[in-house]
Amino acid sequence: MEVKILTQHYDKPEYQSLEGYKKYEGYQQLKKALTLKPEAITEMVKQAGLRGRGGAGFPAGVKWGFLPNNGKKRYLICNADEGEPGTFKDRAMMDRAPHQLIEGMIISAFAINSPKSYIYIRGEYFESKRIVEKAIKEAYAANLLGDNILGSGFSHHMDIYSGAGAYICGEETGLISSLEGKKGQPKLKPPFPAIEGYLAHPTIVNNVETLAAVTIIIRDGVEGYRKYGTEKSPGTKLFSVSGNVVKPGNYEIPLGTPLKDVIFNLCGGLKQGRKLKAVIPGGSSAPVLNEEEAMSVNMDYEDLADKGSMLGSGAIIVIDDSNSMVELLQVLMHFYHHESCGQCTPCREGTGWLSKLSNSILEGSASLNDVKLLEKVANHMKGKTICALSDAAAFPVLSFVSKFKEEFISAATANVALQFQSKNGQSYKRG
Amino acid sequence: MFTISEKTKAFITKEVSRYETKRSAIIPCLFELQKDNQGWINNDCIESLSQFMNIPSKDINEVFHFYTMFNKQSVGNFHIQVCCNISCHMNGGLDLFQVLSDKFNIKPQQVSKEGLAISKVECLGSCGTAPMMQVNEKYYENLTKEKAIQLVNDLVASKKQN
Repeated sequence: MEVKILTQHYDKPEYQSLEGYKKYEGYQQLKKALTLKPEAITEMVKQAGLRGRGGAGFPAGVKWGFLPNNGKKRYLICNADEGEPGTFKDRAMMDRAPHQLIEGMIISAFAINSPKSYIYIRGEYFESKRIVEKAIKEAYAANLLGDNILGSGFSHHMDIYSGAGAYICGEETGLISSLEGKKGQPKLKPPFPAIEGYLAHPTIVNNVETLAAVTIIIRDGVEGYRKYGTEKSPGTKLFSVSGNVVKPGNYEIPLGTPLKDVIFNLCGGLKQGRKLKAVIPGGSSAPVLNEEEAMSVNMDYEDLADKGSMLGSGAIIVIDDSNSMVELLQVLMHFYHHESCGQCTPCREGTGWLSKLSNSILEGSASLNDVKLLEKVANHMKGKTICALSDAAAFPVLSFVSKFKEEFISAATANVALQFQSKNGQSYKRG
Repeated sequence: MFTISEKTKAFITKEVSRYETKRSAIIPCLFELQKDNQGWINNDCIESLSQFMNIPSKDINEVFHFYTMFNKQSVGNFHIQVCCNISCHMNGGLDLFQVLSDKFNIKPQQVSKEGLAISKVECLGSCGTAPMMQVNEKYYENLTKEKAIQLVNDLVASKKQN
């Protein structure tokens, strides 16, 4: 079930260094790409059907095709600000295969004719930053970066930029604002970054996994890449599995793999003989699936959308029957309230309401009307803001409440501490 | 007025030259300034940075207050950050936070006599190895209460030896 294409050499410690990476055909695809026409590479990425692996799933080649020919300097930004709860795949990729990312970035930069790229890395990832920084230095020393790369006439410079602890900087325009030295507040689109991005220059922002996958497309060709996955969701994808499974971790599987196979075969099922209760299939902002839905869904963009959820960043959070859905929702709402950038009123105020309401339901100090109000507020937040953080908070609320309504009603009407006690036996309050 | 060290001044000068606009250098410079002031930043530090970079302090403050990794008060020698987001929560993150707070008598927003500060934090991207914590720049994963206590004891002992 696991198909290790991107992650083929992850278990080899030497793969982190340039010397080790070269042992496994490292930078051979860059050499190949530099003999192709840039437009041909963009076309390959389009034909391969590579979709953005950061969460939105927008076709990467199509995004590249939006760049205007206005003579302005173009920027490439790698979005390595992995912040979606449940997601930890990009960190693993940067730690174990930094050159794979760098090679993918140079090829992508060549395809879009960009002389300068930034890797915007999550601030907390100090170790990953050190590893990628070292790899960039190695690449410069080997003329894989810099002027006239490998005598091709193409020059490209790459730099690393550290975030400073803001989830919203994972949103591409928030990231660009941050790189410009401002609050990481998203910008209204259009204009999209491809037209007007970093310092108003045409800018492509792609996720770590997306850029690394470009190398695989060059190596295997369009047909080779499409050998795995489905017609509309081709290729493999890295899934981060966490929660109540026996073997959590990152797994590379073809898109379209049944979720039940991931949980019960790859991850060894649930801990301590517990029963599956729910699964969040694509990071904390994806609508939750109940057991029945989780058992019948395939992990691709279309099937998850058909089941009312989304693939998102590929973070599968497995929830067993020892958990209170009311408690987990409260944890998530605290997160979204904490991370709202405050720019749009429905999000700034709405996430506060969601956090307070879910907290009072959890504490047993709410009423049945508060459950209705929770849904009402969430409904008012959908599609009303500059970026999707507001939706990201609303989706869990609406799916948690509709699929586990009894728990919410029971907690709201109990008017006692908790129906479910938190794991340490204390009621759960956050400051 | 806070005096920026010569080393940090050299860093700032170099960093500013790397970007097309000076503002882009604010985040990296704030990180460096934070190191210069034992892990946190106050108004004096901001004013000094503003003067040195020749950027209005309101622009620096905008950045400083938006991002959570810039500490507004001292976080001691060891800032223990326990992840309490969903996957860590399901695997005992909150319990870990409580045990460490109790065992080492660390009060919220304060630094203990051993130089420890503790915070509940949001997802640190280590969900498959929950529960976990970050101490200063290092991640400690797959923790148990016992392992976490031992780790903190070792850190405190290492500081005493130095």
